[in-house]
This record gives sequence, C-alpha cells and structure tokens, in this order.
Amino acid sequence: MKFIDKDTVKHVALLSRLRLDDKELDAYSSQLASILSYIDKLNELDTTNVQPTSHAIATLKNVYRKDVPRRSLSPEEALKNAPAREGDLFKVPQVIEGK
Amino acid sequence: MDKLHSYTAHALMKMIDKEALDPSTIRSDVLDRIERLDGKIKAFVLVNRPDTSAPASGKQDTSGRLSGIPVLIKDNICVKDEYTTCSSRILEGFRPPYDATVVKKLRCEGAVLIGKANMDEFAFGSSCETSCYGPTRNPWALDRIPGGSSGGSAAAVAGDCTIMALGSDTGGSIRQPASLCGVVGLKPTYGRVSRYGLIAFASSLDQIGPITKDVEDSALLLGVIAGHDEMDSTSVDMPVPDYTKALVKDVKGLSIGVPKEYFVKGLDKDVEECVRGAIEKLKGLGARIVGISLPHTEYAVSAYYIIGPAEASSNLARFDGVQYAFRDRDSRDLIDMYIKTRSKGFGNEAKRRILLGTYCLSSGYYDAYYLKALKVRTRIKEDFDKAFGSCDVIITPTSPTPAFRIGEKSGDPLGMYLSDVYTIPANLAGLPAISIPCGFSKEGLPIGLQILGRHFGEETIFRTAYTFEQNTDFHRKRPAL
Repeated sequence: MKFIDKDTVKHVALLSRLRLDDKELDAYSSQLASILSYIDKLNELDTTNVQPTSHAIATLKNVYRKDVPRRSLSPEEALKNAPAREGDLFKVPQVIEGK
Repeated sequence: MDKLHSYTAHALMKMIDKEALDPSTIRSDVLDRIERLDGKIKAFVLVNRPDTSAPASGKQDTSGRLSGIPVLIKDNICVKDEYTTCSSRILEGFRPPYDATVVKKLRCEGAVLIGKANMDEFAFGSSCETSCYGPTRNPWALDRIPGGSSGGSAAAVAGDCTIMALGSDTGGSIRQPASLCGVVGLKPTYGRVSRYGLIAFASSLDQIGPITKDVEDSALLLGVIAGHDEMDSTSVDMPVPDYTKALVKDVKGLSIGVPKEYFVKGLDKDVEECVRGAIEKLKGLGARIVGISLPHTEYAVSAYYIIGPAEASSNLARFDGVQYAFRDRDSRDLIDMYIKTRSKGFGNEAKRRILLGTYCLSSGYYDAYYLKALKVRTRIKEDFDKAFGSCDVIITPTSPTPAFRIGEKSGDPLGMYLSDVYTIPANLAGLPAISIPCGFSKEGLPIGLQILGRHFGEETIFRTAYTFEQNTDFHRKRPAL
C-alpha cells in the first residue's frame, strides 16, 4: 500500500487552489493512497518505445482559420455572468499585497 | 391508445407526418408525466414549461426531423440563457450566453427542450450521487442508483418523463446508466459529435450522445446531432450518413468478437447469463461468434483514472470565481478568493479528482503517471485495432453488476471507479459503443449489453443492435411507477 504524507496532499491542494480542513486532509490522504496504489498496476507493463496517445483519432490535425474579424459574444453577453464587473471588465479583489 | 409519453420519437413522428397528431399535445402530456413522477425519480434539475400567457402561434411547423419531440438535456450542455450548472454549486446561477452546437441542431429540427437532467457533479461519478441537488433514483427500484453520470437523462427516458435525452460519456457516463435503467445509450466515435458548449471534463475522452427508448430513436437522434463543427476543432469533417438506413434486421455474415478478458471475476452471474444468452441469440440469427483477446483490458481503469482527472484538473481551473456567477464574497485578495470560491463550490468527488489529477501532472510525477498512462492508452488502442482485424463488432457486458443501492459505494471511491471497467476502454480508444437492454436480473433489474464498433462504425453497431432488439422484447418493458 502506497503512503502519501499530508504535506504532499497539502502542497497539491495549494496547487489546485483548494483548502482542506484536517478531516478532509486525513480522508483525501488515505483515499489518494489507495487509488494510487491501484494505479501502480501500470508499472507491470513495459512501455519503453511505446508512443504516447493523447488523442485516439489519428486523422486529427491542427485546424487554422483565416484571421478575419467576425461576430463573437458582445461584451454585455460575455459579462452577463460576472460576479462583479466594472464597465466592460471583470472585477476581482485586490491582486497585489499592500495597503 | 397509450399515453403519448410512452411512445418513441419515431412512432410519434409517423403520427405527426400522417397529421394524426398535433405535436403540441406531446409536450403537455410529457409535462403531466413529469409533474406526477419526478418527485419520486428526481431526474430533472430544471423543467421548461411553456409560457402559457403567450398566444398560441397558429399551426405548428412540422417539417423538422424532431418536430414537437421533447428532448431532455444533460446539465453540462449549454442552453442559451438557461441555468446550466453541471449539478455543481460552483456554477450556481450560471446562464450560458450561447447554445451548444447540439442544442442548436435540436432547435433547427423542431425539438422541444423539455428541461435539464441531473448528473454527477461535473460528470464525476457512476451513480448520480455526487450531484449538489441530491441523487436521482432508478425508476426500476427507487432505492437504487440510476447509474451515472448521465443518470438523470437515463432515468427520465426509462420513466417516460421525456421522449429522448442527451447525455455525455467520458468513461461510460451514457452507456452505464442506460444499462442500469433498461434503455439505449450510445457513445459516438470521438469527433463524430461537436463538443462545443459541452462543459469539459476530459477533452480527449468526452463525447455527447443519445439516450433513447429504442435503437431506431438512437439512430434518428445521432443523425441530428452528428457532424463537423468549426467551433470544435476535434470534430471530424466526414459526411453524416442516414443512420436510419443502417437499421437492418439481419446479422448474417457479421462477425462478433467476444473478449475473454471481460468475462472474469467480479462479473455478476445474472449479467453474465443475460449477455451470454444475447450472444447465443445473435449466433442463432446468423452472426459468426469469434473469441478474441484484449490483453490490456485490466490496465484501462488505471490509465483512465490518471488521464481523466489530469484533464479535468486542468479544465476545472477556470472555475475560480471570476467569470461564472458563483464567488465567495468574503476574501482578502485574489488568491484567497480563488481558494475560498473553489473550496466552497466544489463537492467532495470533484475535489478528489482535482487533487488526483494535479498530483499526476505535478513536477516529479508527470512521467511516472501521466506519460505512462498515455503509453498504456496506446497499448489499449492497439488491442482493439488487432481485434477488429478478425471481427466487425465486439460484444461485452456494459456494467459488471445491475444497479446498486443508493449509498452502497459512496464511501469507497475506488470501488465506484471499478464499476466503469467495461466502458472505459472505448473512450480511451475513441471507439463508438452502444448499450442496449438484454435482460433482467433475478431481482427484476435491467441488464445491458455493450456493442463496440470500429472508428465511425456506428452503422454496423446499429445493425447489430437493431437485429437483436427486433428479435427480443426487453426494450418494451417499462418499470411499474
């Protein structure tokens, strides 16, 4: 059984922009350990020289369109769901520390 | 005459074509049914009632392929100006400023958007229990789960609370609930249907597809929603065939592969019996049965639970309190606002997958987990390429067990993940696959059969499924409600 220490889970939570209380930290540490132990099964397989597949359909290729202006959402439509706005901008709390 | 809500779309369309039916009566009949039963099933998170104050607009246009047909939309598919929440608190109050391409196509064909369907939060689950609205119930046994994540869509179709529904499938989220609710669910080939307006879970795996009462409706609805879309660069530019022409009652000469790795420990006895019985039935109808091997099957769940959460953790980064309605108002600064919004807005399973995915992508673990999983994905895909050298379709069970009880697996994430063991490989390999009813357990719960085809082989899947369906009557059985 894999063991994942709480500091690792705390670090991953920070990267994920999530805050976990002590109870959640305990629960997720043990659940992630059991999931990752199961996943470790993949190491039974030798995959040297195997190409990774990020998309299953081989014919997919990058798509370009002509760089011409066309209608998209108006600022009003795009901002309709904004929790806070100022003019045509999304408004957020203070970004830089200080007074 | 039976109540209109119990009909299939193709049967209703035939009546409308003969002018034997006013399409507006279908909606009111279905709305009555919802009114009566959804308190028990809880499949809907939103019901669209027509604005009765608006004057009726004379004779209805019946030229669309789905004129007047109620279609229920899974709550992760954007409908313009209508609440679209992925059954998550973090999208509480969000109303998309545009229609998903599939929704636009439904409108063009005259379909009635009857409402939004409950689902596992962000499609993370196999039981509909992770919804912020609470679980949907299986119409066949109200103390059981309907499957997931498209559980609301499947339960509503099974309970005759809609005529058709759309779901989405990342690791089985259309097929598994269809199987557990005794209806037909199709995951199309990756790229067959535009994902524009589908709120992303795992972009390399997600596909939208139909959940219907029979195979003919599945072919009809796929024909409407399929096709290239310049708004989704992963949608494939290939002509859309008339899928209803593939509804042929004949499997003579067809080779059906049966993978030995799918009939192993963990498979419920009743499920095995029904699926083996279905294979015998198809053999009796003239199909050739071929034993095949998909040797990397046992690694699919592991690869999926790296790739899926990895893509999800990155896709869900956008829910940070800036753009989508929900925000924690009590924060010091920007980072604090991100953290508080996400910690309050996401439920437990969403947090679990975000943590798992972030872990697998983080520095020092990327090669060992994410890259390794992508390589195993190649192996799984090669297994199918090889298998389709000796057969036209592959038949397996859809779910290892019939519907389990609400609460039975909710404390055991890994046990829940393993319930997708038979459906995940199709997503990893991008293959189309359908689940159709093939019998009932001793307790009277529906059991589904999965048919997988080659890339863009939906027509062969429909032919096989239709032949089986038309020679059995499992699809006609309805729960007593």
